[in-house]
Amino acid sequence: MTLVFAGVCSHAPGITGRADLADPQLKEGLYLAFDELRARLEESRPDAIVVVAAEHFANFFMNNMPAFAVGMADHYSGPIEDPDWLKIPKFTAPGNRNLSQRMIQEIMQTVDVAYAEEWLFDHGIAVPLNFLTPKFDLPVIPVNVNCQGPPLAPLHRSWAFGEAIRRAADSVPERIAVVGTGGISHWPATPDSGKINETWDRDFLDRWCRNDRAQLLDYDDLTVYTEAGQGGFEIRTFLAVAAAAKGAPGTVHYYQPIPIFAVGCTTATYDLDPNL
Amino acid sequence: MSLYYVQKFLYELNRNDATQVAYAADPHGTVEQFGLAAGVQNLSSQEQQALTEPDIGLLYHLGVNGQILMHFAAFHGIAWADYLERMREGIRTHGPVREGVYAMTTQVGPATQQGDH
Repeated sequence: MTLVFAGVCSHAPGITGRADLADPQLKEGLYLAFDELRARLEESRPDAIVVVAAEHFANFFMNNMPAFAVGMADHYSGPIEDPDWLKIPKFTAPGNRNLSQRMIQEIMQTVDVAYAEEWLFDHGIAVPLNFLTPKFDLPVIPVNVNCQGPPLAPLHRSWAFGEAIRRAADSVPERIAVVGTGGISHWPATPDSGKINETWDRDFLDRWCRNDRAQLLDYDDLTVYTEAGQGGFEIRTFLAVAAAAKGAPGTVHYYQPIPIFAVGCTTATYDLDPNL
Repeated sequence: MSLYYVQKFLYELNRNDATQVAYAADPHGTVEQFGLAAGVQNLSSQEQQALTEPDIGLLYHLGVNGQILMHFAAFHGIAWADYLERMREGIRTHGPVREGVYAMTTQVGPATQQGDH
């Protein structure tokens, strides 16, 4: 049918794994924001959720690293991390192999995407799903953009990938939701973990809400690395969702730096046509 | 020296229960066996030491990505704050990150940080 939901959220493992170490008020504020994002998602009555993630060497490694990959299975499982570490119990999430195939075929008209019939969800997908589909009852189509092992695809290719995802969503009869997950500025899992460049984040989110292609692509990896850390490479997932929203205006519902979660925690959506 | 294979070992360990069991029982043998299987018998003694002790700080200095390293630390029961401190200690002891994505710091940082490249 078409895209019925487009949004982004954070996926940092500390959001669940180190929840007990956070300021309770900050944690509750973020969890409430996730609840609100889930309500918006459910309101859009999706048949499947495409999660555009930036996984962290759970499935893809430098022996054969795809720039872009899409899952194509009927079932996925996770988390690959120790459930006691992530504090998300082992789960199985439904996929939809047939829907994946149809969307991949359309995406391939413009982007040479890899497909994967096996996919173990790491925190990049498990944390968002834990909040957005806590019963793991909505078919998931996992998508990965390599944001970890350079060389990384240039930003304009993430944009093209997002456009292809939108075209694919529009080409199938199902109602498709797209959620991008990633950090904005952050230095995860390094000695600088907890550092957050709020000014940079707010400027980026402002560009994201205006959904102006030129402004969103006006970054380069060295500058991003310097100002926003290696975690900033994950803006690729936000850019793909922006492109999928085709110029729709966005709204940030929640932004709060939470150092113990190692990221400026964010939820935001695009205001798609309300008649969908 | 092979950052690629050091990370590859940790990638396999992080995602493979059987490798975790084998490593817990015999870290040296498991690391050695990985090197033989990968055809890289020349994992350096420093790399082998870092993978078996384990020396989190040295692995970080060698360039292991934190997204791989944090799970290795958790596997060894190292708490989050201790994990961060061990990386800092690794930099104090061994110098800036030598290779990999974090070595970009030395490309954009002050000249004094570039000596280890």
